[in-house]
Amino acid sequence: MIEIKDIHKSFGSNKVLQGISGKFEAGVTNLIIGGSGSGKTTLLKCMIGLHHPEQGSVEYDGREFTSMNFEEKIEIRKEIGMLFQGSALFDSMTVEENIMFPLNMFTEQDRKEKLDRVNFCLERVNLEGKNKLFPAELSGGMKKRVGIARAIAMNPKYLFVDEPNSGLDPKTSIVIDELIKELTEEYNTTTIVVTHDMNSVMGIGDYILFLHEGKKFWEGSNKEIAHTEIQELNDFVFASRFMKAAKGKF
Amino acid sequence: MNFTNFGRYLLLLKAVFRKPEKFKIYLKAIFKQMDFVGVGSLGLIAIISTFIGAVMTLQIAFQLVSDFIPKTIIGSVNRDSSILELSPTITAIVLAGKIGSAISSEIGTMRVSEQIDALEIMGINSPGYLILPKIIAGITMVPLLVIMSMFLSITGGYIGGTLSGAVTPAEYIQGITTDFNPYTIVVALVKAFVFGFIITSVPAYEGFYVKGGALEVAQASTRAVVVSCITILACDYIVTQLLL
Repeated sequence: MIEIKDIHKSFGSNKVLQGISGKFEAGVTNLIIGGSGSGKTTLLKCMIGLHHPEQGSVEYDGREFTSMNFEEKIEIRKEIGMLFQGSALFDSMTVEENIMFPLNMFTEQDRKEKLDRVNFCLERVNLEGKNKLFPAELSGGMKKRVGIARAIAMNPKYLFVDEPNSGLDPKTSIVIDELIKELTEEYNTTTIVVTHDMNSVMGIGDYILFLHEGKKFWEGSNKEIAHTEIQELNDFVFASRFMKAAKGKF
Repeated sequence: MNFTNFGRYLLLLKAVFRKPEKFKIYLKAIFKQMDFVGVGSLGLIAIISTFIGAVMTLQIAFQLVSDFIPKTIIGSVNRDSSILELSPTITAIVLAGKIGSAISSEIGTMRVSEQIDALEIMGINSPGYLILPKIIAGITMVPLLVIMSMFLSITGGYIGGTLSGAVTPAEYIQGITTDFNPYTIVVALVKAFVFGFIITSVPAYEGFYVKGGALEVAQASTRAVVVSCITILACDYIVTQLLL
């Protein structure tokens, strides 16, 4: 479980996050949603330590992260898997080397054990046999899936996913969403997905935290989101023609 | 480099020299970088050094027109100039262009494509993993390249001088073997060590803190070469002043 309390973050005079709090449970898919510039990715980066919040705390199963020293943070980070918006695969390495990289760094397994783990992860994301391809040879969806395979290679307790569907067609987006949900339930990970994709929200949003202009406006589940009276949330959820047409059917 | 940048550069170096997560992985990266910095630059440094030695001999011969000056001096001036200044400095400046821009672009691209963030999230000390192997490769391979450059520059002087008739083979060889002071080699190697550190660490710093996209990576790469060259020349003066 990850708990954030009263997170504040500014860049110069621009207050990006203003007192965000929330509790993200293990085994369910937690979504942080909001429009562009609402502070979603900044909040995610504060949670994983890539940004330092000016105020507030982030707790990983009761362990306060923001005040930890470098070595203590490294230990927590070994329990984190992350899928980046652009996948962030290492260009100079093959798919196999990308997934094996954290295993090489932090385990004492022999090559066969590591290879078995790589193949298992690739199988889990339906990319069997793609070991020797380089990132440049993969489609956007395949890169995302390799990113997920790398993120789960070390059996993470916490899984962070930044905009998993950006640049993907709707069908591939659903595949990625379902994969994230399956992995979360299968390994009981605390999964946090940052997205503005309404298919993801309605499809996998067990717990949703809605940000607007750096503030938490609403929290709840995908079953509740279509029935709120909050104007800002309704503007966001029903922005597309499709969602407007489907209003009332949820 | 203003004071803020210099401070950030020192903090980055502090992170670079943290204990490696797994020495075996770092060792592999060090050998890869040594191949890139050293073996990959052999041809370029060989060509440049040979021609500079040849040109130096011709220019020294052109300037020493007096009958009172023995022609053996051409060899000894070329030897000392090559060892003390031309080989270390020209090699370093050429490598700052070739290696420095590559290091800055590589690390800068990794920064803007979130690959460095990915390393951090895995719990890896990204400055150490990305920069330490490059610095070790620089401080070991640049001195070796400079030694090769000295040898080829003096050889180039021999070839250029004798082919043009500016100096006879016997006079040139007598010149390069007379009054040789081995301490000049020590000075050159100290310079090469310092330059090797600059060539790798300054571009790595420029790349590591890139923000933006392709344009900013290119600007960082240009800045890396310019700052490296100026730093090399400043350090050249300081080391020469301290050691000679």
